[in-house]
Amino acid sequence: MSVVRLENVSLAFGAVEVFRDFSLDIAPREFVAVVGPSGCGKTTLLGLCSGFLKPTGGRVEVAGRVRTVYQEGGLFPWLTVAQNIALGLRHVRQESEREARLQEMLSLIRLEAFAGHYPHQLSGGMRQRVELARALAGDTDVLLLDEPFSSVDYLTRLRLRGELARMLAELPRTVVLVTHDIEEAAQLADRVVVLSERPAVIRRQLRVESPRPRDLTHPEVVAAVRATLAEMGLEREEVMSARG
Amino acid sequence: MNARTEERLRPAGARLLPLVTLAAALALWGALSALGVFPESAFPSPGAVARGFAEEVGKGRLANDLVASLFRVTAGFALAVALGLPAGLWLGHSARARAALLPAVNFFRSLSPLAWIPFAILWFGIGDLPAVFLIFMASFFPVVLAAAAGVASVPAVYYRVAGDYGFRGAELLTRVTLPAIAPQVITALRVTAGLAWLVVVAAEMIAGRDGLGFAIWDARNGLRMDLVVSGMIVIGLIGVALDRLLVRLMRIPSVRWGYER
Repeated sequence: MSVVRLENVSLAFGAVEVFRDFSLDIAPREFVAVVGPSGCGKTTLLGLCSGFLKPTGGRVEVAGRVRTVYQEGGLFPWLTVAQNIALGLRHVRQESEREARLQEMLSLIRLEAFAGHYPHQLSGGMRQRVELARALAGDTDVLLLDEPFSSVDYLTRLRLRGELARMLAELPRTVVLVTHDIEEAAQLADRVVVLSERPAVIRRQLRVESPRPRDLTHPEVVAAVRATLAEMGLEREEVMSARG
Repeated sequence: MNARTEERLRPAGARLLPLVTLAAALALWGALSALGVFPESAFPSPGAVARGFAEEVGKGRLANDLVASLFRVTAGFALAVALGLPAGLWLGHSARARAALLPAVNFFRSLSPLAWIPFAILWFGIGDLPAVFLIFMASFFPVVLAAAAGVASVPAVYYRVAGDYGFRGAELLTRVTLPAIAPQVITALRVTAGLAWLVVVAAEMIAGRDGLGFAIWDARNGLRMDLVVSGMIVIGLIGVALDRLLVRLMRIPSVRWGYER
């Protein structure tokens, strides 16, 4: 059984063919990272999963509640941290339950003290934690992440990866992460999907088995990074220990 | 002004500095008129102006003129916002409406509202209506443009997010578009209110029987330059007060983001 299923999907914008006969199955609670050259259709893939884009051919099936975390600036600047996260709980009928869940999310991202702050008063890393909390709040089934950490500095990015792993340990979800950052993919995902140039096909899939959170220098992570780079033509040698 | 400059000025008695300037200006004015540099008929002394002011207050004319002018500005400005905001929202959303109407809006915005005075009198006679009309003509187009520009520059990601979290229809307007353009619109309202206050004085000079603009014109016809100056001071002070009032809108917590980042 899969939560996200793309079956022989085709999509073209005018003369630009992004996907032709593209298929991908994602199992419940699986964390899939999609990497590939710029403009290959990674973000478009998320648009298809969220239903924002309709395929010109084939089928897209996504089960349950789907939420997207965008690159940056997806928080409403006129709402406080608490109000932004509460957007993710709009469907929760009972006021008291909504409030309780809001507090849970605030403590999960360790920003209880910032509940009344506005996004522009936070650092970039704090903002992304709020975005994650908003997307995870309520019973989200599928979390779509569109380069969620690309706008923060390297060290913050490393910390945010740890945060995300910790949050998913508490609230397991099916995750599709689209990223340029091959380290990020290898460090977080159960499966790394390497796409080709347009029209995108899956060039290779790598499984990373060790449990999260993983160190950046964990041998399996390093091996997956090397294998991915090699597949993209950016590394000369390939290490065979990463299973594909 | 950033927070640091404010901090540095405050302990040094920043509040006193404007009073020092005021005292210096009054002293210079008093000295010039005491020395008789200009004739009293063309350069009334501070004392004469103060007496004139007391006379206007005593007769109740000042209060009457003040209420008349404020009523006209409020009515014309409120009408311009009530009609201009929806019109601007529509222009911002519809590329076709923008293509059709933006040149016209720009034309009328660039046309001095005072150029409408002949028609204002022809159509509305003398009194409140021509002034309200002129204030409306001065305020409507800037409000339309500010709202339209605001809507056109709302980041697309806000609407994606709004869709993800189930905002539909009217909710999109009230909970996404309006808060997203609020800072820009408030800035425009502040500028426009200042403009409206400039216009009411001119309008009343020509098409009024009362109001602060008329009071100045009437005093000038009676060669009461002391009353002209007292009227000028009142007009300037009210203008500053109106601006202070609208600056308060910028302190609303949910619009601070528009001015701080």
